[in-house]
Amino acid sequence: MQIDLKTVNIEPKRKAFDHLVRRFGDKPASRYQEASYDIQATENLHYRPTWAPEQELYDPTISRIVMADWHALKDPRQYYYNSYVLTRARQQEAAEGAFALVESRGLHLTVPEEMREQILDLLVPLRHAAWGANQNNVLVSGYGFGTPFTQPCLYYGMDCLAVAQYLSRIGLMLGGVDALARGKAQWMDNEEWQPLRRLVEDTLVVRDPFELFIAQDVVIDGLLYPLIYDSIIDGRMAQNGAAPVSMLTQFMTDWGKETRKWAISVVKVAAAESEANAVIIGEWFRTWSERAMAALLPVIAKVMGEDADQLLAGGLDDLKAQLAKAGVSL
Amino acid sequence: MSNVFIAFQANEDTRPIVEAILADNPEAQAEDQPAMVRVFAPGHMTINRSSIEDLIGRDFDLQELHINLITLSGHVEEDEERLTLSWDA
Amino acid sequence: MDMQVKQPKLGIKERYSLLTRDLGWEPSYQAKEKIFPYTHYEGIKIHDWDKWEDPFRLTMDAYWKYQAEKERKFYAIIDAHAQNNGHLNITDGRYLTAIKLFLQAISPGEYAAHKGFARIGREFEGVGTQVACQMQSLDEIRHAQTQIHAMSNYNKFYNGFHSFADARDRIWYTSVPRSFFDDAMSGGPFEFITAIGFAFEYVLTNLLFVPFMSGAAYNGDMATVTFGFSAQSDEARHMTLGLECIKFMLEQDPDNLPIVQKWLDKWFWRGMRMLTLVGAMMDYMLPKRVMSWKEAWQVYGVENGGALFNDLARYGVRVPKGWDVANEAAEHVSHQLMLGLYQWCFGTSFHAWIPSEEDMAWLSEKYPDTFDRYYRPRWDHIRKMAEAGTPYQNLGLAQLCNTCQLPAVFTEPGDPTTHCHREVEFEGETYHFCSDGCRDIFLEEPQKYVQSWLPMPQLFAEPNFGDVGKWMEWVGLKPGVDNGDYHGSQDEASFEAWKKHQSATA
Repeated sequence: MQIDLKTVNIEPKRKAFDHLVRRFGDKPASRYQEASYDIQATENLHYRPTWAPEQELYDPTISRIVMADWHALKDPRQYYYNSYVLTRARQQEAAEGAFALVESRGLHLTVPEEMREQILDLLVPLRHAAWGANQNNVLVSGYGFGTPFTQPCLYYGMDCLAVAQYLSRIGLMLGGVDALARGKAQWMDNEEWQPLRRLVEDTLVVRDPFELFIAQDVVIDGLLYPLIYDSIIDGRMAQNGAAPVSMLTQFMTDWGKETRKWAISVVKVAAAESEANAVIIGEWFRTWSERAMAALLPVIAKVMGEDADQLLAGGLDDLKAQLAKAGVSL
Repeated sequence: MSNVFIAFQANEDTRPIVEAILADNPEAQAEDQPAMVRVFAPGHMTINRSSIEDLIGRDFDLQELHINLITLSGHVEEDEERLTLSWDA
Repeated sequence: MDMQVKQPKLGIKERYSLLTRDLGWEPSYQAKEKIFPYTHYEGIKIHDWDKWEDPFRLTMDAYWKYQAEKERKFYAIIDAHAQNNGHLNITDGRYLTAIKLFLQAISPGEYAAHKGFARIGREFEGVGTQVACQMQSLDEIRHAQTQIHAMSNYNKFYNGFHSFADARDRIWYTSVPRSFFDDAMSGGPFEFITAIGFAFEYVLTNLLFVPFMSGAAYNGDMATVTFGFSAQSDEARHMTLGLECIKFMLEQDPDNLPIVQKWLDKWFWRGMRMLTLVGAMMDYMLPKRVMSWKEAWQVYGVENGGALFNDLARYGVRVPKGWDVANEAAEHVSHQLMLGLYQWCFGTSFHAWIPSEEDMAWLSEKYPDTFDRYYRPRWDHIRKMAEAGTPYQNLGLAQLCNTCQLPAVFTEPGDPTTHCHREVEFEGETYHFCSDGCRDIFLEEPQKYVQSWLPMPQLFAEPNFGDVGKWMEWVGLKPGVDNGDYHGSQDEASFEAWKKHQSATA
């Protein structure tokens, strides 16, 4: 019996594109696979870059990390444009709701003045650090090799722009345009911010995409997000009258956790590839985590006083534990 | 004077937008093509937020234009109230 | 308690500026030239990056919100298309050649644009410029992916789509767009934005996405028209970015004018040549046509491009070199290329065909001064050969232009009966070109273009060594399945059978 007159039952000739059949077998491919595997040109490239003639246009050898197949660095979230944008659109709707609620009810006015100042001093300069993270991830995305690794870096970079913009809006809400100017002045000149600014500027001259990924996404953000948003904002400050602000940083809290899982899984695959990779990753981790610990200490100490050292050490232990669990020995 | 133009997907969302453009720009003309509508005018065209709002009976953010926009030509100036397209020469 | 006043609402410009430009800072621990190493070597002088303005001012949250809305619409349509055998709604199976070519040749260009814009989204020194380029990078990966997703269902039922990733790097005609994008990406950031952001996006993409997509709609291909228009809605932003960048360079320093003009000359010609593929798609591959290539060129090339260059004249910019040649060529190039594709269609992952009487009547009407005079006789001759059982195949290899990589099938300006061919001797080697435009581009940067990968000699090199069968395997082409004349192909048989079955059960 014909149920749907418009439906013609016809046999497909094939299940997937050839390159996906070679990778995953003769079965229907997911949209993530279609959107991510082998979509970057790899051979018969025409010209060498005039900006760096020693490189190829797509060149895996600009990293010290060596992968037999860079496509192995897949994203466990399976983000391609659609799933990425839809996820972030839902999150932005929630964030928009939180901003509207706090502003319309004047909840931000209930934050005690001293606390408000402390929040401004902490969060507003961080928008510049988030911009640095944007720069680094966009570089990885632009020059890194293989879409499964590079596409999440672009998404990450754009997320960092969003974080910088949310932080700016928090600054505007709590302290107006002047708060942004003050935050920038702190970022530029205040003693406690200089180690972090120096660290960010030092990352901006790194051109090995994988080193940059380790320095920024694994180490700096891996320390910064749990400490600033979980421990300080949601922990100490929310308990002392800043709960409305923690509604406004919900995006950062969630995002920090989500992106950490991705970053650790990428490290896991790259380190498991070879002993040499594991050694280099370990080296980068040590170098950049020492720098990051020293850079974050004065920023956190401003809020947490004597507890800062312990908090930071705990953060580093957590990060190391996550990496160890992923099989990366440091 | 060279034409500026803007084209939208032809659907229910864009009908009032095109209507508003034609009402606000007496020299503008609409040209229907499969699945799209192209509105052009000599030298200059203004899309007013308030005119669209009058037609749809709700608030409208000019950035909503992006959803159904296909293409445009001319220098773009946008603020909260209007989007203008223009050629100087 | 401190009496806090509600913060005044900021205007959109001021707010956007605080949320983008204000995020950057003047570095002091590292030299600016080390952070932005590529912004000087091309000779472009920028004195104040803050003078650059993005007219659309999308913050990231607004970007997610509006793009998500576009994405929901798009995937709803292609899901329905896949579930309801939407491929049977197209007017004729031969139409698929157009979108096979699209997937093999154009979608990889979207991906290249994504990479290129990510690079300049990092390399430019101004935050406003960077953010706009980054958003474009994000849009471009969207376009590559939505195109692959839209074609995925066609791949399940028709030939010629399955090996697009192999074809991209290996088959001969995809080298046309890939050399274009490789050329742009191997230039510095300012040349890249001029090439892709301005010459391609502003002057030329309308030709690809507007009339061709409208044609796809007219031919019942809802999957393609949906990605086409959905992509083009992003292009409106991209075009504006391209135009802003050109104005910005020209306003920053008068010394920039000759450099920018040189790039406009080059990239207009490069783009025009590449879009010849789209000309053939529009004039020959759409069973039902909306407008001819010549008409589209008139609206989007001559009128719109003309308006633009008139406007830019105040900066001293003139229309690109080759503008008149290109306008004259719009009468010819689609025919010349399609004749070429037909004679070499044993080596293409798509089908070609001899236009029907009805097709030719339409072409005569649209090209009253040229088609009957120059091209109908050639098609008639080819048809006679096919009818006699000796279809015309040019088993000699096409001479490809060293710059644009198209087969040199074009004719002399002002003389459509004389084949145009140019040669240059450089460092003991002879290089071949399809036109003065392509030759001049070589002469500007010979050290770059001697590197061109030429796909034809590859047939004789490793790993194929002159074995056509091996070459076909290497490029992912299944002989007798993906290539040759549409008439008598598997695609034709399947499409006709399924259509019949559909109308029988309906």
